Amino acid sequence: MTKPLFIIMCSLFPTIVALGSDHPAVRAAPTELVGPRPLERQTETAVIRDYLQAWRSMSDAFDQNRTDRLDPDFIGAAKEKLAGTIREQASLGIHTRYRDGAHDLHLVFYSPEGLSIQLVDTVEYDMEVLDRDKVLAAQHVRARYVAVLTPTEVRWKVRILQAEPE
Amino acid sequence: MKSKCTFILGGLILAAMPLAMAQTGGLRLPKTVEAGSAFSIQSSGSGPAFLYIVGPGQVLRRKVQLGETTVFAPGDLHNAGRYLAVFVGGSSTENGAFDVTAAHQPMVLSFLAKPSRLPVDLHDGISGVVYVFDAFQNLVLVPIQVSFQLTSVTGAEQMRTALTRNGAAWTKMNSAAQEGVAKFVARVGDATSTRVIQQVPGNPCHLRMSARASGQRLAVETEPVRDCSGNPLPDGTIVTFTETYSDGESTVDVPLKRSVARADMPAYGGAKVSVATGVFIGNEIRLGTKR
Repeated sequence: MTKPLFIIMCSLFPTIVALGSDHPAVRAAPTELVGPRPLERQTETAVIRDYLQAWRSMSDAFDQNRTDRLDPDFIGAAKEKLAGTIREQASLGIHTRYRDGAHDLHLVFYSPEGLSIQLVDTVEYDMEVLDRDKVLAAQHVRARYVAVLTPTEVRWKVRILQAEPE
Repeated sequence: MKSKCTFILGGLILAAMPLAMAQTGGLRLPKTVEAGSAFSIQSSGSGPAFLYIVGPGQVLRRKVQLGETTVFAPGDLHNAGRYLAVFVGGSSTENGAFDVTAAHQPMVLSFLAKPSRLPVDLHDGISGVVYVFDAFQNLVLVPIQVSFQLTSVTGAEQMRTALTRNGAAWTKMNSAAQEGVAKFVARVGDATSTRVIQQVPGNPCHLRMSARASGQRLAVETEPVRDCSGNPLPDGTIVTFTETYSDGESTVDVPLKRSVARADMPAYGGAKVSVATGVFIGNEIRLGTKR
């Protein structure tokens, strides 16, 4: 990671940290997991760190139309879908910028065998559709994302990333 | 005739479209669309333009005439997520957002059962996790009842039901008392997924040997070695016979064959013979003082 991701996880009170324009404000709510497996603090920190890094990778990949930027942080269906979209927008001569401004994270499910963890993120981001450098459209979006991450050799990777209406 | 059919088909598509529409100026677009279903977008203005539908899940482009309705056929937009509709060209610079939600019909279950092999008679020893998807690999986020069924080799069944939360449901099951293959099935409507669980004997619960001296040799033999549920331990399980006598100790490791271990050892008068497998210790025999 080139830039540190500052994450504050409070056991008693959720906290919002604003870190300037390059860093999203991240709020990690106290964990209220469904499931029998306890979540260690170290795991929780790693999951949130890797999830936020995945947003950075996704943003770079869509802005530069480079599917390889997804490789370190995405796997399975999420990677296939995002890569497919990048190929579609490249073939149409456009690219998109997703700048995540704020994340409100809730870890909601840790599977009994420890092979998947699910979080819900109310995320705010600015989306721009561009034809080369010309902005075709821009919109501020607030959406609820459901993500499922699975452990790999050295990090958690996003296997499902899906927005739904709030 | 052809135009009549086209009219009827168009009418059917329009009838199936979402009724709730968001309106921005002259732009009318649906608030939500079910993945894979038809929908339409009404633009304002005039002249030719391109309509882009852009989101992380998919990108579409259509050549349109502003002021007309653009119809998207079933299957055109099938990945769930937030999308931006953008008109480029002509007299319009309108855009608006809408959501695509997963189809209501669950079609695919991602079912993970662990472990694939475990001892018999273990409480909550088997876990099953299901993620429910529609036909387009979208996670179905509305709550859905999932039924889990574990059927052992004897036909004994355990049933559990669980409601999905955010597309996921889980359960825990006990392993059966009898060894053998069990089928673990997750079901949502017509969608099913099956995993096989191998249930193997647990730790030994009964280890008893007998000894028979014959001249200078001692033949030791166990009774069939079983776990606490009466399942015979598998062949190859190592059993250790230990003979302790005044000058020292002899040890023989032998594998179970048809659940029985046999060995020949030297016979020392007054020796003590014990038997063990793993950490489980069986009976002891003390030999007579005569050789």
